[in-house]
Amino acid sequence: MMKWFGRKPSAESAKERLQLVLIHDRTALTPAEMTALKDELLAVISRHVEIDPDAVQIQLEHDGRTQRLLADIPLRSVSRRRAG
Amino acid sequence: MTAHVITISSGKGGVGKTTTVANLAVALAADGAKVVCIDGDIGLRNLDVVMGLENRIVYDIVDVIEGRCKLRQAMIRDKHLTELYLIPAAQTRDKNAVSPSDMTRLCNELRPEVDFILIDSPAGIERGFRNAIAPADRVLVVTNPEVSAVRDADRVVGILEAEEKRQTGLIINRLNPVLVKQHDMLSANDVLDLLGIQLVGIVPEDEGVIVSSNRGAPVAQDPKSRAGQAFRNIAKRIRGEDIPLMEFGRQDGLWDRIQKMAGGRKA
Repeated sequence: MMKWFGRKPSAESAKERLQLVLIHDRTALTPAEMTALKDELLAVISRHVEIDPDAVQIQLEHDGRTQRLLADIPLRSVSRRRAG
Repeated sequence: MTAHVITISSGKGGVGKTTTVANLAVALAADGAKVVCIDGDIGLRNLDVVMGLENRIVYDIVDVIEGRCKLRQAMIRDKHLTELYLIPAAQTRDKNAVSPSDMTRLCNELRPEVDFILIDSPAGIERGFRNAIAPADRVLVVTNPEVSAVRDADRVVGILEAEEKRQTGLIINRLNPVLVKQHDMLSANDVLDLLGIQLVGIVPEDEGVIVSSNRGAPVAQDPKSRAGQAFRNIAKRIRGEDIPLMEFGRQDGLWDRIQKMAGGRKA
């Protein structure tokens, strides 16, 4: 029942956990495969542009019944690179 | 007549598929439709006891498919509703006694004679499930607001998408409004968000469902039951009527009245 010791309500945990599980079920991508995908993606992109690996966010999201891979990959500024 | 074939499925067992089939069948037939239910769970026959027809079985679906009797002979008429029939599952055979094309052929033979064919799918996503969805015009996925049931329902919806069964609908069964209010149960909206398919109805948890299946008289026949009302509403929606969802906000159950008297929680 409720928020003992400030814990989040159990329905909220259920929803958050299910959101993650369903995305992986639907795409048949394990968390390990997802990590490999991220690493390879970053390697390819770094070959062409300079990126900040720590600022990169790549995740699966769902909208109704469709899944999408969302990648937010900030590029390091070109002028700075030239100057350096 | 050309029957509408509706399969009730879930993935997970024990979420209330059989109860749903029995209640929708009773509600549709009480509204004047001619309905045939088919128990698709070969080897684990159940729909007969829930409907209270277990003592009338002579032939079953495998007898029809293997030519030991005519389709008519395996159709058991309900005790009260003269336009409601059950084709029972075989109890001594296994699911491999029936193929998806057998089910399609059987339903095609029935289609000209009835309004609705309701198929009770077995749990799981294997042969019996494939048999049950093969002839379906529409598949209703039953789930409970609970992590394992929602996950399995999602698997079923994924398979239906892959099979290009476009007409799918969701029934959320055994919702406990008090737990939802306490944020200790997924709400109907949570489940809908997660599964992303059309909602056909919400059935509240109701002890009357157990009492009625003890008696073999589906709760849809009880005018006072909330679950019965929810099933009757779903039946009307299946017939194309625009029936608003039941309101679970205001509760007048005993527990709520006790809470109110105790000056407890807000509604």
